[in-house]
Amino acid sequence: MKLLNQSIKYLSVSILLIVSIWSAIFYFNMLDEIHDSIDDGLDNYKLLIINRTEDDEQIFEQKGFEEGNFTIDQISKEEALGMRDYFTDTLLYMQNEDDLEPVRMLTSAFKHGEDYYQLTVFNSTVEEDDLIEDLLYSIVWLYIILVVSIVLINNVVLKRLWKPFYKLLSDLKAFRIDKEDPVPVVEGDTREFKELESAVNSLIFHARETYSNQKRFTENASHELQTPLAIISTKLELLLEKESLNSESADHVAQILQVIQRLTRLNKSLLLLSKIENKQFLENSPISVNQVVAQSVEDLEEFAEFKEVKTTVDNSSEIQVKMDESLASILVSNLIRNSIFHNLKGGNVTITLVDNTLIICNTGKSESLDPEKIFTRFHKETKNSSSSGLGLAIVEAICKLYGFEVSYRFDGAHCFEVNFG
Amino acid sequence: MKILLIEDELDLAEAIRTSLEKELFLVEHASDFASALEKVSLYEYDCILLDIMLPGGSGMDILAKMKKKQGGENVIIISAKDSLDDKLEGLDLGADDYLTKPFHIAELNARIKAVFRRKNLQGSNLIEIKNTIVDLNERECKVDGKLIELNRKEFDILNYFLLNKNRLITKNALAEHVWGDHIDQADNFDFIYYQIKNLRKKLQTSNAQIEIQSVYGVGYKLTEL
Repeated sequence: MKLLNQSIKYLSVSILLIVSIWSAIFYFNMLDEIHDSIDDGLDNYKLLIINRTEDDEQIFEQKGFEEGNFTIDQISKEEALGMRDYFTDTLLYMQNEDDLEPVRMLTSAFKHGEDYYQLTVFNSTVEEDDLIEDLLYSIVWLYIILVVSIVLINNVVLKRLWKPFYKLLSDLKAFRIDKEDPVPVVEGDTREFKELESAVNSLIFHARETYSNQKRFTENASHELQTPLAIISTKLELLLEKESLNSESADHVAQILQVIQRLTRLNKSLLLLSKIENKQFLENSPISVNQVVAQSVEDLEEFAEFKEVKTTVDNSSEIQVKMDESLASILVSNLIRNSIFHNLKGGNVTITLVDNTLIICNTGKSESLDPEKIFTRFHKETKNSSSSGLGLAIVEAICKLYGFEVSYRFDGAHCFEVNFG
Repeated sequence: MKILLIEDELDLAEAIRTSLEKELFLVEHASDFASALEKVSLYEYDCILLDIMLPGGSGMDILAKMKKKQGGENVIIISAKDSLDDKLEGLDLGADDYLTKPFHIAELNARIKAVFRRKNLQGSNLIEIKNTIVDLNERECKVDGKLIELNRKEFDILNYFLLNKNRLITKNALAEHVWGDHIDQADNFDFIYYQIKNLRKKLQTSNAQIEIQSVYGVGYKLTEL
């Protein structure tokens, strides 16, 4: 959920709460104020009527609210003395509304001459259900207007305020530690974003330092190993060219040379693997997998011929990927070479390119390989000592680097699938 | 042909020098930045083999200074750094080739000769040994004036042998040169034997006065009959 929507979610819930509580309080306050003012009016009315009784005897004829909003009834002295003024809310029939309407009623007692009377005055009051309804409507409208304007303001203001953040984010997504890209910069002077920028930059600085240290270490290690290997193999090659060497010694030297060359290959493969894992190949260019396959098949033609393996390529669809050229070639040729090498005499290799997937199937021994172990380093299916056991590990590392999916399955033939996504 | 070898590993330098002298090149050696710079500015060479990591400085700086001066020399970088950045930087600075250590002697020979040939190209581009002539432009091989049919890889193999006449070419070196850089994980080089056998047969039937000999099972060499 986006930050913008998150804040709107919380705001709308809390505004709903605030508005509801506020409207309840408002309702009761208002009702209280209305009663207060009606009660004052009724008190005043009462006094006026009592004053009128002094000079207008007629008024005692007023019964049952016939004329004016009051009635006067004679009561006993005990009753009158025990009575205090009290207000009641009740319903009375109103002619204009043709219905019972809520009224506020004040009942009081007074003494006129020797007689005691009870006076009841009333005034029509608010209809509470109408009030609640009206209030509810205006509250709902208020709520809607508030939320809508918050959404609008949020959209405009927050978007503008967060713009530097989103820019930083997209810069960081595109950022590669091994490139000489300038560090991301935050526009504007929002303090939090400035702090984020400096935190990100110091992180990048440390990461770059670590990365270059590691890169240097890998390369130094390679230098340290490659040079002695170069010296040994060069010297052995020169030794083998010596006429004076007898053939028995020459055989020994030749064997040592072969071991050294194996060691050299192993070292190269390990280096390649560590370079892939350190993501030092990001010279991406558009590559046609079909072409890489064709090239690999051609390179391995003699090897396949020697192994008496027939290779067929089915270019059902064109596959284009963006990746490092040499890695593409290593990925494809490792798989094809494996499929030729671990094949039967007179067997075949079928290479299919379809739906962004490269499928390489080969005949071979009749049981499945262990799909769990097959891609791990130095795992060897055969006891063949010249295999480095790194070929498929390199394939997997390349796929991981580019987010391709590589899998193995056995359905009579051994099939490796690379899905270029 | 005068070659300057700039390499700080004395053992390796010695081995390379021995090998190059077999090809009748005149080899001088500089083992650090200062002496290399001095030699480069004082004398002229036909080819310079340049290591990148040197005591006292980087080979790239020597290359840059040399090319700024005028730059008639051919430069082949020999480095243990197999990094694309370095390769591009070196070639940008005017190096003719980039060879990653460890390399095979045969490969170094072939590169040096290829660089020479590119620079001194005067129309034809022929290698002639006895009655065999290889035309690199046309990619043709003639024995006694008669064309022999070679496929692309057979031609590459023969060319490689001709550039390394009388020298040992290991199966590894041959595989890397002819079948590409990463074939070296090919686990099994027996198939090379069949390629050589075919080539031998073609050379024999056309009465070429050259022969490809097997060397202790580790490689081959081409000799004149």
